[in-house]
This record gives sequence, C-alpha cells and structure tokens, in this order.
Amino acid sequence: MALLLILSLPFIGSVCAALLPTNARNAEAWLAGIIALTVALLTAALYPQLATDGVLRYTIPWSPTLGIDFQLRMDGYAWLFAMLVSLIGTLVVVYARYYMSPEDPVPRFFSFFLAFMGSMLGVVLSGNLLQLAMFWELTSLASFMLIAYWHHRSDARSGARMALTVTGMGGLALLAGMLLIGHVVGSYDLDAVLAAGDQIKAHDWYPTIVVLIAVGALTKSAQFPFHFWLPHAMAAPTPVSAYLHSATMVKAGVFLLARLWPVLAGSDLWFWLIGGAGLCTLLIGGYLALFQNDLKGVLAYSTISHLGLITLLLGMNSDLALVAAVFHIINHATFKASLFMAAGIVDHETGTRDINRLSGLYRAMPITATLALVAAAAMAGVPLLNGFLSKEMFFTETVFLGRPEWQRLLLPVAATLAGMLSVAYSLRFVHRVFFGAPAADLPHQPHEPTRWMLLPSALLVTSCLLVGILPADTVGPYLRTATDALLGPAAPAYSLAVWHGLNLPLYMSLTALFGGLMLYLPCIGRRGAHIPVFGVLDGKQTFDWLLGAVTRLAGWLLNRLSSPRLQTQLLVIMLVVVGGSLLPFVADDPLRFGDQPATALDPAFALLWMVGAICAVAAAWQAKLHRLAALILAGGAGLATSLTFVWFSAPDLALTQLAVEVVTAVLILLGLRWLPKRDGSFLEGPEATSVHLRRLRDLLLAIVGGGGIAALTYAILTRPAVDGIAPFFVEQALPQGGGLNVVNVILVDFRGFDTFGEITVLAIVALTVFALLRRFRPAPESVALPVQQIEQASEASVPDPEAGLPTGYLMLPAVLVRLLLPIALLISLFFLLRGHNAPGGGFVGGLVFATAIILQYLVSGAQWVESRLRILPQYWIAFGLLAAASAGIGAGLAGDPFLAAQAWHASLPLIGDIHLSTVLLFDIGVYMLVVGATVLMLIAIAHQSLRALPRKSDADGAA
Amino acid sequence: MEPILALAIGIMAASGIYLILRPRTFQVIIGLSLLAYAVNLFIFAMGRLRLGAPPVIAPTLGSDPALYTDPLPQALVLTAIVIGFATTALFLVVLLASRGLSGTDHVDGRERETD
Repeated sequence: MALLLILSLPFIGSVCAALLPTNARNAEAWLAGIIALTVALLTAALYPQLATDGVLRYTIPWSPTLGIDFQLRMDGYAWLFAMLVSLIGTLVVVYARYYMSPEDPVPRFFSFFLAFMGSMLGVVLSGNLLQLAMFWELTSLASFMLIAYWHHRSDARSGARMALTVTGMGGLALLAGMLLIGHVVGSYDLDAVLAAGDQIKAHDWYPTIVVLIAVGALTKSAQFPFHFWLPHAMAAPTPVSAYLHSATMVKAGVFLLARLWPVLAGSDLWFWLIGGAGLCTLLIGGYLALFQNDLKGVLAYSTISHLGLITLLLGMNSDLALVAAVFHIINHATFKASLFMAAGIVDHETGTRDINRLSGLYRAMPITATLALVAAAAMAGVPLLNGFLSKEMFFTETVFLGRPEWQRLLLPVAATLAGMLSVAYSLRFVHRVFFGAPAADLPHQPHEPTRWMLLPSALLVTSCLLVGILPADTVGPYLRTATDALLGPAAPAYSLAVWHGLNLPLYMSLTALFGGLMLYLPCIGRRGAHIPVFGVLDGKQTFDWLLGAVTRLAGWLLNRLSSPRLQTQLLVIMLVVVGGSLLPFVADDPLRFGDQPATALDPAFALLWMVGAICAVAAAWQAKLHRLAALILAGGAGLATSLTFVWFSAPDLALTQLAVEVVTAVLILLGLRWLPKRDGSFLEGPEATSVHLRRLRDLLLAIVGGGGIAALTYAILTRPAVDGIAPFFVEQALPQGGGLNVVNVILVDFRGFDTFGEITVLAIVALTVFALLRRFRPAPESVALPVQQIEQASEASVPDPEAGLPTGYLMLPAVLVRLLLPIALLISLFFLLRGHNAPGGGFVGGLVFATAIILQYLVSGAQWVESRLRILPQYWIAFGLLAAASAGIGAGLAGDPFLAAQAWHASLPLIGDIHLSTVLLFDIGVYMLVVGATVLMLIAIAHQSLRALPRKSDADGAA
Repeated sequence: MEPILALAIGIMAASGIYLILRPRTFQVIIGLSLLAYAVNLFIFAMGRLRLGAPPVIAPTLGSDPALYTDPLPQALVLTAIVIGFATTALFLVVLLASRGLSGTDHVDGRERETD
C-alpha cells in the first residue's frame, strides 16, 4: 500500500499544482516540496522491511487472463533509485522556487515536474515489463514538456522535439524488446523474467532482444551514437536540467541496463554493444566537454561522458563492474546535480553562462565557488570525494586480469585518458568561472544568491564529502542491498575504502590528475568555439537531415498512395466497395441463388418500386442542375423505402424513416439557399471529352456496383433464414423486457447501451453543427436576399415580430400551423408512451415534435418565431442525456448491470394500477435528446438568413 | 417480391454510387441519401421478407419466434436511420461552411481545371 502511495502522490500533486493560480510560487513550491519529501520519507521508512523481506510487492489485478497486472515491486536496487529520485527532487524543488522568475508560469513547471517524478518512480517501481515501458514513455513525454517549458524560445522547442523523437523512438524499440522477452519467458512479470535469464540467453531471439533493449536504453541515456539530444535539451530551465540529467531521465537508461543485467549480460554481443557504446561515449563526451563555452554545455557533455562510464561498466560482464556502475550512478547524481545548481546560480546572478565572459567570480560569490569547486573535484575524481571511489573501482575493473590481452591494454589506457579529460574539463569549468581577474562586462553585478538557493547544493556537496571520506559508514549498507537485489546470492565481496594501498588503479588516478592538469594548461588562454577533429560529431545535422529525409519520403509516399482530393478518395472507396460486392461471385465456391420459395408477387409493390426506381435514377440525373427537383425525387425514393418497410412487417422502421425523411428534406431545403448557382452551360473540346469519359467510367462503376448488390440481395433472399439470436429477443421481450414491441425492447433494454451511445453521437453532431455555424461565412453572392423575398418585401410590409399573429402572405397557413403545434406535441407524446408495446418510441416522437417546431419557422419566418421561442434545445439535449443516463444508473443502484430495466407497480386511488419502468425514463431521455438535437440543428441553419442580413447592410453602409 | 426488392436496392445503390462520385457537394449529399436507403433496405432484407408479421407480440398468440419477423435487423436499421440523419446534417453544414470558406461547392475544395 505504501508503494502505491509513493507512486500516486506525485501524480495527485501534479493535478493539484496545475490547478493553482499562475503566480502562486510559494504555494506551488510548498506543495511540490512536501510531496517529494513525503515520498522520500515513505521510501526511507520501507527500508527496514526491505532489509528483512528482500522484495516488497503490491499488485492490482488488471487483466488476469492476459497475465498483465498492475504490479509495484521494490527491491534494494529500486529503493536506492526511489530515494535518489525523491531526495534530489526535493532539493531541486527548493532550488527551483528561487530560480524561477516571477514572470514564469510556475503551475506548469511544478505540475510537469511532479508528473515527471511520478513517471520516473513508475519506471523504478514497476514489477511488470509493459508497465515499465509505459512509465518509460511517460518520462519521455513529461521531459518533453519540461524541456520546452520556455516554449517561446525556438531552441527550447527544437531541443524538446529532438529529445522526444530520439527517446520516443528508443521507447518503441524498448517496447518491442519487452514484448519479445515476454514472448520468450511467457510472462511480463519482472520476477519471472529475472528468473529466466538462462532461458532468454539460450533463445534464438536473444540477439534481437539485446539490440532492441540496448537501443531503448542507449537513446534514453544519451549514449553514442544517440548522445546528441542531451546538449540541446539544455534549453530547459536549469532546475529541470539538474533533475533530468543527474538523477532521473538519463539514468533511466542505465537503470534498465542494470535491472536486466542478470538476464541479458554475459555474452560477447552484450560486451561489444553496451561496452562499445559506453567506451565511445566516455571518450567523445569527455573530449567535447573540454571545448564547450556554455557552462551547461560543459555539464551536458560531461554527463554524457559519465553515463558512458557507467554504460561501459555495465558492458564489462563482471559482477564487480556492476557494483561500480551502481555506485557511480549515485555519485554522479549527487555531484552533477549540485554542479547544475551552481551553473544555474551563476547564470541567475550574472546573466550569462558564457565561459569566455565569466571570470573571477570567487570574490563575489565565495560560497557558490567553494561548493562548485568541491563538486567539480568530485567529478574529476579527486581523492576524499565520492567520485574518486567509483572511479577507482572503474580503474580496477579495467585492469582485471581475466580479459584478453588487447583488452587489458586498451581499457586501462582509455580509462586513464577519460580520467584525464574529466580532470581537464572540471578544472576548466572551475578555473575559468571562479578564478582569474574579475569579469567586467557582466549583465548583472554578481553577488551571492539567497541562502535557500545555496542550501540544496550545499547538502549535495556535503554528501559528496561524507561518502568520499566515510564510504562504508554512509552509503555502504544501501549499496550492498542494491547490489544484492541485482545479483542475488552471487553478489561478490567488495570493500568500500578510501585507501586500498599503492596499486595500479591509484597510479592510474594520479596519472589522470596530473595528465588532466597538463591537458588543461595549454587551454588556459584559449577562446573560441572551434572544436578540433571531432567537432563534426554533433549529431544535430545528421538528425535534422534524417528527419527532413523521412518527412520528404512520407510526403512522397502520401502523394503516391493518396490524394488530397475528396473525389479521388471517394472513387477509391467506391472501387473497394464494388470490388467487395463482386467478391462472393468470383470466389472458389461462387455464391449461387437459393431455391427458397418466393413470396407472392404483388403488382402494387412492383408499381411502387417502378416509381421508386425512376425517382432514384432521375434524382441522380438532375442533382447537378435542378437541386430542388433532385431533392424531391430523392424524397420519392425514400417514401418508397418507407412503404417497403410497412409492407414487410416493420412499422417502426417505416415511422422513423418517414419522420427522418421530412426532417432531412427541411434541413437540406434550408441549406439550398447557400449553394452557388449552377449555370447550365456545356463545355466543349477536349475538356468536355474528359468529363464525358469520367462520367462514363462512373456510370459503369455504378452499374456494376448496383448489379453486384442486387445479386447479393437476391442470393440471400432466396436462401433459408439462419437461426441467429433473434428468437431469444422475441421470446424474452415480454418476460424480461416487459414490452410487446420487440424492436423497441431491443433498443431501450437489451441493447440499451448501444442506443445510449447513439443518442450521444446525435447530441455531439448537433453541438458540432451549432458550433460550425456560429462561424459560418456565406459566400458573398449568397448574402443578398433571394429574388422571391425581395418581391414579397415590395408587396407587403416586413413581418412585424411584435404582432400577435404572423403577418405576410403565408398568414393563413401560419395560423393553421400554430394550431397544429399542440396537436403535434400530443401525437409525439402518444408515440413516445406507446412505444414499448406498439410501433412508436422516443425517436419517432421526438422527430414529430421537432418537425412541428420547424414548421413554425417555415411559415412564420425566423424573426417572428425566435422572438417567441421558449424552447432551449441545449437544455433538452442535456436533460435528455441525463434522463437516459439516470435510467442506467438507477439499475446500477439496484445492483443490476447498467441500463437493466427496473419496474415498479403501484396502485393509486382514482387512477388505478400504474406501471412505471426505467425503460420509460430512458425513452423519455431519447425523446428529449432527439427533440433538442434536431431543433438545434434546424434552427441553427434557419437562423443563418438572419445573421447574413446585418452584415450586408454593414457592407452597404461602408460602401 | 424478392427480385423486385433486389432490383430496387441495386438501382438505388447504383444511383447513389454514381452521385457520390460527382464533383458537386449537393450531388454527393443526395447520393449518400440514396445509398443509405439501399443499404438500410439491404440490412433489413437480411431478416428475409415476411408479410403481416410485425415483431409486436400479440398476447393471444404468444411469443413463438416463428410467428414474427426477425426484429434484429429492424433494430439495426432503426439505429442506422437515425445515425444517417445525423451524418447528413453534419455533412450539410460542413459543405456549407466549406463553400463559404473556399468559394466553391466542389468536393475537393477547389475547382478542377475541367468539369
């Protein structure tokens, strides 16, 4: 339970932080600080339990059949990381409170900061590989938001995008690797995976798995050749860099490598891949760090270099190297976080991070200088500091005797060289900034920052010293539990001591210290940005080129495979549909017509469809030039459809079709006004030929498609019906659904959830229509009043909105339609109430009522109706949805599934027996929603003619 | 009756397909309506044709499934009709807005050189 709290607290805090006001810097910092500290304390409190039990677990079953549970698992190694994440997080929060300026929107900062912390804890504490991959991606996303925090700066945006692209790509590779591991092991459970090391190593897919996991981890940890994103991520605010690039984000990669080390390490492939990447990164990072002129640039490349050291250690396939790697992870986190803080302080107090401009700050800010000096010494590996210890362990591993001859030669040389580079850039960092003549032309007069800004850095430096001087008494036991958790009973013996006697590693250290000094001396006076030899190794150009190439390739493919033209897309869709309808006839066992006896032919039905078919074909013929005629003709085809439903025992369908037909016709009529006038002129010459050819092609396609569908229909109609689930609905409609109309019972009861979704869609469509029309801009030539309206206006006065009855030439119909309104309301309610037992229902009822309302518009004019309309369609939609949902929830309260029908019988005096059911409530919801949605759409379109007019008079006035 | 209904569905589908491939938005919206009729009838026909057997249970007859037509395609089509209405409304408004923005009623949002 404590595990769940540790993981969820940062996320809860993230939501709270986002809700605080923009300028609440103190409240935000308190919130984030308390949460980070609580997480740290909770984690610390788990240590005694962990020391006795070994592993703590917390499982929430999620999908047991797939073998995927939400699992939290803490062992000594995870504990160590959780402590690092939460403790350094706490310190960074304190630091950030004073670093961020009052103009920065801090809620965003702290919200993403806490979300990032939660994601990182999720990576560390996951007991399931897929869950780990998910939190892994979350860290990428959260870090993207943090790096791009100052999103008005283009370098922040592009740096964030690069970081997300590289680490996100790695995350995908990681996920693939995790899936493969899960496939090989048969479980995603971390315990099961850790126990299946031999099985994985023996499997054919082992190389693939290692490569995929390596790509994931190396991208995250900014290892060669993916190292280039990290320096560009320095556009983030310094507290973010201090957190992401010391204890968290980049450490996730090495965390995972060490986590899966017992499972994956031990092969030559692992050595070459991980060790090779680590060695390259160690040297390249160190070399490039020496030439950076930005303080954070130095730290970025030194981070890359030190991560390379850790990766190299992990790639060495030796237990002691793993111990050294874990130890260096801790040490690097402490000194690097404090160095980033120092760089941030310098930037904050002087206004620049340019090494060439800074100088002699020791006098102005002695405390900062001392802290930076000690931290940089730890980074350089000076004795009595923590960096020295892990570096000694690293040197010891490189001279390990069990390796081939050339490795025994190469590794110590490379390690010493890396040590020299590390000394040189640390020296350069400190010497150039804090010593020498005081800088003259700084943007701000430098002075010591507030104590609270120094405190986090001071605490970190103190821990560097403590660990460096008394390693066995401070970090010793915790390191032991961590490495025991990784290696199990096979964990090697090692001693954490400052003095191991005069041995080869010590000589290497001394060589590195001295050599670093020598390396730095020629650089003292050197300025300028040119980086000899390896300057080209900044991967940004390659990355940008690759990104551009991929984008161009995607565009090229899109042009080949798709078209921006809707007409072409529709043609492709129709080709597929037509092809699909022909497929059953060309299959190996072609579809044949059955021999089911046909129903007796009724001449009236034949006549009906003769008319219907003529209507359909004529509508297709006329739709281009005679829109109104086409609309009426299509309506004729719809009417024939509706009559067919009646004919073949589907009264509900017929009613609904009829009502929808009317509403659709009105809707399209209202829209017709805004379409451009079509002239009947004909093209000539080659253009006309191509048009004719296209029409011919479409006609052929239509005939083939229609023929195919007709044949399919006939083939099915002449076969006996299959026994599906229909009998169940018919048999259970009355006993279980309590209704006689089976279709209605299916809609509101058996498949009520579908209907609920459907009315939600309807509501969304109505609101979308409303929203789209709010910004509607009619084409200029449609704005003017139609000829008919102008003629009417000249004959009669403009309709008076105040008149009791509408005036104008439609006065008589207007009076009649007004009288019709209450009658229509009654009819619609009648349909609604009888729906459960007889044809009708909420849909039909709602449509009838909506039609009656829109009729008022048609005959009385928009102005007259709108001055009287008391109907607020948005409320009808809302209450309809609420009613339908409460009918569903009511069932839940009674302990039944969502939307299961609940009925009450009661006997009232005078009225007699009544029968109430949640089904009715549901249908009332449908009714209200249909009324609201339909009316909203119709009046939104009808209203446009009113909105267009004032704009026209404005235009006249302006002219 | 079966051949007639099959033919009717085929003719309406053909008219719909032809119209959907035309360049003007109004043609496409009418085409969609016609195609929707055809498809709704097609789904409805999956329950086979029955005369005078509506799926409204008569208490005197009982609920023997053989006495009634198949209610399931009907429920499906009822949903389809309402969703079809919503789609038509949305499409209409989108085409109006597109006409206002692009100045043309061509479905591509711009005129082809021909047609």
